[in-house]
Amino acid sequence: MTTETLNQVTYQDVVDFLYYEAKLLDEWKLLEWADLFTDDGKYTIPPIGRPDADPREALYIAHDNRRRLQDRAERLLKKEAHVEYPHSTTTRNYHNIIVTDLEKDIIKAECNFTTHRTKREVFDTLVGRHKYELVVENGQLKIKSKKVILHLDSLRPQGKVSLIL
Amino acid sequence: MRQLVIDNVEKNEFLVHRDVFISEEILAKEREEIFSKCWLFIGHESELPKPGDFKRKRVGGRNLLFVRGEDGKIRAFYNTCPHRGALVCRESEGNARAFRCFYHAWSFKNTGELHSLPGRDGYPEDFNADGSKDLKEVKRLESYRGFMFVNFDDNAVSLDEYLGNAKEYLDLVVDQSETGMEVLPGIQEYAVRANWKLLAENSVDLYHAMPTHKTYFDIKKSQDPNLKKLHVEGRGVDLGNGHAVMEYEAPWGRPIASWTPVWDQELKEKMDKIKARLIDKYGEERGRRMTEWNRNILIFPNLVINDIMAITIRTFYPVKPGYMEVWGYALAPVDEDGKHRLARNDNFLEFLGPGGFSTPDDNEALELCQEAYTNNKEFEWNDISKGMPRGKENQRATDELQMRSFWRKYKEIMEKSLSKEVVRS
Repeated sequence: MTTETLNQVTYQDVVDFLYYEAKLLDEWKLLEWADLFTDDGKYTIPPIGRPDADPREALYIAHDNRRRLQDRAERLLKKEAHVEYPHSTTTRNYHNIIVTDLEKDIIKAECNFTTHRTKREVFDTLVGRHKYELVVENGQLKIKSKKVILHLDSLRPQGKVSLIL
Repeated sequence: MRQLVIDNVEKNEFLVHRDVFISEEILAKEREEIFSKCWLFIGHESELPKPGDFKRKRVGGRNLLFVRGEDGKIRAFYNTCPHRGALVCRESEGNARAFRCFYHAWSFKNTGELHSLPGRDGYPEDFNADGSKDLKEVKRLESYRGFMFVNFDDNAVSLDEYLGNAKEYLDLVVDQSETGMEVLPGIQEYAVRANWKLLAENSVDLYHAMPTHKTYFDIKKSQDPNLKKLHVEGRGVDLGNGHAVMEYEAPWGRPIASWTPVWDQELKEKMDKIKARLIDKYGEERGRRMTEWNRNILIFPNLVINDIMAITIRTFYPVKPGYMEVWGYALAPVDEDGKHRLARNDNFLEFLGPGGFSTPDDNEALELCQEAYTNNKEFEWNDISKGMPRGKENQRATDELQMRSFWRKYKEIMEKSLSKEVVRS
């Protein structure tokens, strides 16, 4: 997954990177996940049905700047993050991956996701589409932004997005 | 008579029977006595700014259509075709001059009147002369300062009388804005696998704040180097009619005018000006209360207005004894500038909602309660007595008076109803 120079990033590099990201999350390596982001990285979940809403005008589900996403990762590793303690068991699948702008400074990638979660024998699934902006820093792909667009009518019965999607 | 709540002030004892969280029979009674007779929040008038604006709302188990008609008046209709029953409106929100049931194409004005139907000649001349084929309107729809409520009991007391002492606290929220308040798009619709009354309790429970939300307060400490001691305390007040409030100080910023170091200097100056203006307008005590103090208001049975690190309106309904649906709104001053609004919204999301750092932990706590009520046969009673020895006038926000206020009203309604049943049989 390392790439030697900026202009040599391939479709396969990006796909490998996304699968690596999903694996880190499934393995609860959340600090390593946060490290994938650039210093100005963002992680956002817009309101359901309003993927392009302005966060000043509409209520998001999550709107994390770099500091907030670090807080999110660190919090979820604590025993007092009760909703995820003991950690739930998760399976993240990424499909229908499309990568564009490989030759540009900001590479765009998007994919459908299916995230299964089970805890206390309650099994839930969250689905939707991820949209990434990726850049190369020191020969490594980094996430400049990750937007999670939920393809649901509501968060019922799941009730929450306690996981990082 | 079956006792659901034991309220013994002399013995400082207050117990709630755990069957109220799991019994189908009790839920059926609640539907009849509470969700068909109490005032229930349907929405905020800012949700329907223009004639023709509509939103579908589920209130008290009913499917309603909340509409501003072309005459400018807001109404609530039962979303069902008078012909054969189908929903006449399938979109969750929008703007429409008319609603057309797709099944047989009966069409209704946004003021409710039956406008047209195919095959009119198959019906008598005076068909619908009595209006019985118009959309059925919820007769009682009343508003208090933009908060709109319905009541399915045509003989209910007025909303004004029902809200009673709670109005003072709603005023403290609404008066923060000179331009009025609005609900933001993006209502959070989620669920909790727990009984609805557990969320009513939790919403006015400050006792749980430190243990349940430690991770949030850790983050607050890391953001504010001057925050040496975490102080979360204030008072709890019984507002009558089952309503209650806790008012308290807490170590988070309040977007109206209580600055915190995660925000920049420019915002601080702006907030200082807002605060000075509010103190000038409402006096030192009330002005400071509005800007510096937090309040969690519970309007019986299921409306929560939390004016805390942001303002949220929350309402929730049982689907089953162990499953509720929740609606979470953000309320904010109209015309707030973009930067200020973003600070407000980010403060909301840090704690509140299904992706926040606290609400999911609350919901986990409620679900763990619900899961453990499988032990009800051997362990019957919840204890809600904290603060009782201090007396009613000295209740701290971390005491449980707020919950007792809810449960006392609940007891009055439910035990009366259950005893009626016994007399009949």
